[in-house]
Amino acid sequence: MQKEIDMLDVQKIREDFPILTREVHGKPLVYFDNAATSQTPQVVIDAIVDYYSNYNANIHRGVHTLSQEATDAYEMARKKVQKHFNAKHTHEIILTSGTTHSINIIATGFTSLLSEGDEIIVSALEHHSNIVPWQMLCERTGAILKVIPMNEDGELVMDVYDQLLSNQTKLVFTNHISNALGTINPIEEIIEKAHSVGAAVLIDGAQACPHVKPDVQALDVDFYVASAHKLCGPTGVGMLYGKEEWLNKLPPYQGGGEMIEQVTFEKTTYAGLPHKFEAGTPNICGGIAFGAALDYMNGIGFENIAAYENGLLEYGTQKLLEIEGLKIYGTSKNKTSVISFNLNDIHPYDVGTIVDKLGIAVRTGHHCAQPIMDFYKIPGTVRASFSFYNTKEEIDALVEAVKKAKMMLS
Amino acid sequence: MTIQEIQEEIVDEFGMFDDWMQRYEYMIELGKSLPLIEEKYKTDDNIIKGCQSKVWVHAEMKDDKVQFTADSDAIITKGIIAILIRVFSEQHPAAIIEADTDFIDEIGLKEHLSPTRANGLVSMIKQLKMYAIAYQTQLN
Repeated sequence: MQKEIDMLDVQKIREDFPILTREVHGKPLVYFDNAATSQTPQVVIDAIVDYYSNYNANIHRGVHTLSQEATDAYEMARKKVQKHFNAKHTHEIILTSGTTHSINIIATGFTSLLSEGDEIIVSALEHHSNIVPWQMLCERTGAILKVIPMNEDGELVMDVYDQLLSNQTKLVFTNHISNALGTINPIEEIIEKAHSVGAAVLIDGAQACPHVKPDVQALDVDFYVASAHKLCGPTGVGMLYGKEEWLNKLPPYQGGGEMIEQVTFEKTTYAGLPHKFEAGTPNICGGIAFGAALDYMNGIGFENIAAYENGLLEYGTQKLLEIEGLKIYGTSKNKTSVISFNLNDIHPYDVGTIVDKLGIAVRTGHHCAQPIMDFYKIPGTVRASFSFYNTKEEIDALVEAVKKAKMMLS
Repeated sequence: MTIQEIQEEIVDEFGMFDDWMQRYEYMIELGKSLPLIEEKYKTDDNIIKGCQSKVWVHAEMKDDKVQFTADSDAIITKGIIAILIRVFSEQHPAAIIEADTDFIDEIGLKEHLSPTRANGLVSMIKQLKMYAIAYQTQLN
């Protein structure tokens, strides 16, 4: 483990993130809310400043130089996303406002493809954003929502998945990694089995992408979605990968500029991919900064990131479990650097409040995954999520803070 | 005692402490003396919205004064609602409606006053005042 931890020069990496030098309540900031959003390195901040300082212009329609430069930079970002996810074609990458937007494009698009009695399978580990659009889709179409249950370790019960699959199954949706528990789901198996009954698969990669580099062609996944802000990029931008044949089948999500080929009052023909799904002026700066963030993370290397974060996970798990009365939720062997826990019967909100006073940012509550909390019969958890710029010393600070909270609240 | 006098008393009590830990410990202590809501009133209708933890409040009018009882599943939140109830309970509805809550700032809990704060201190104050408004309407 020590060797893996040493693979990254974490002190040097920390210098890339200006926010990590600030204090909270007079204490050095310890940022352990990475699963909610990651911090932003200087190179990404520079890309944002550079765009607004030097070539801010609307894209895809201007003949002037600034517009051309902005268009080139934005389309370059799309290429970076394509390369990162190893999509076959650049036009299979739709730039969106984030994971939720991406999911809604698919959920809305499937309205015209489903009939009453068709079935959609989702996992019990879903974020709210991955449940509600499907419920709405079912209401519109008369399709039926089925759920793959989870076990005590926070893993999907795959035997039940096998039973749920049938010729009625048209869509399967699951996250790659659970935001509340950190469980890595067996998406290869999920995809393969769904395809065997002819169903399409959408994978929510919002939590996975900060830790792993998905290869959408190797996965043979139909749709894959993610957000830039969990990957050291800005908020308000994300991606949707879809296989070309699927994206051609789906109708546009929104009407507006950019997404049309020809408009008369009698008839409008839609633009080809990817513009069909990109109505209106997009988040140009955000897209460019997303590309810069991917460059930054690939520069560090996802293998290095994963190995280092696993070291932090092991260390954090071991240290936190030394605290008497502390229980960790999500104990799968396949998980990323997320530790969801509670202290005896103490409310997670109380623990979060005290550790915040000590400069430590953790998440408390149900993490937009209420069904998981209902499963464990708890109001929520305290969630510490580690990133490659965190250190063992910061974990030590968390452990001390949790001990202090326990002393005050018991 | 008037609402103003009780607030001054609380500010004096918190003034004895030098750091946030002692203030929080005292607040947690105050939570233990909270007049607890009867189990039958711990219904979803009585939960204050906007809190990450659950807070139940019940009010009754006796001799033209409002009596509050409450509970919470989080200890810090219980301390906060206990302070508010100490200030507002056994007061005439008109006095509750008119009262300001600047003392929260003075006892070093200003950070809880932000309307977006997940503990919902602002929602709690609003709910207590809503009860007072309802009872004031009955009196008119």
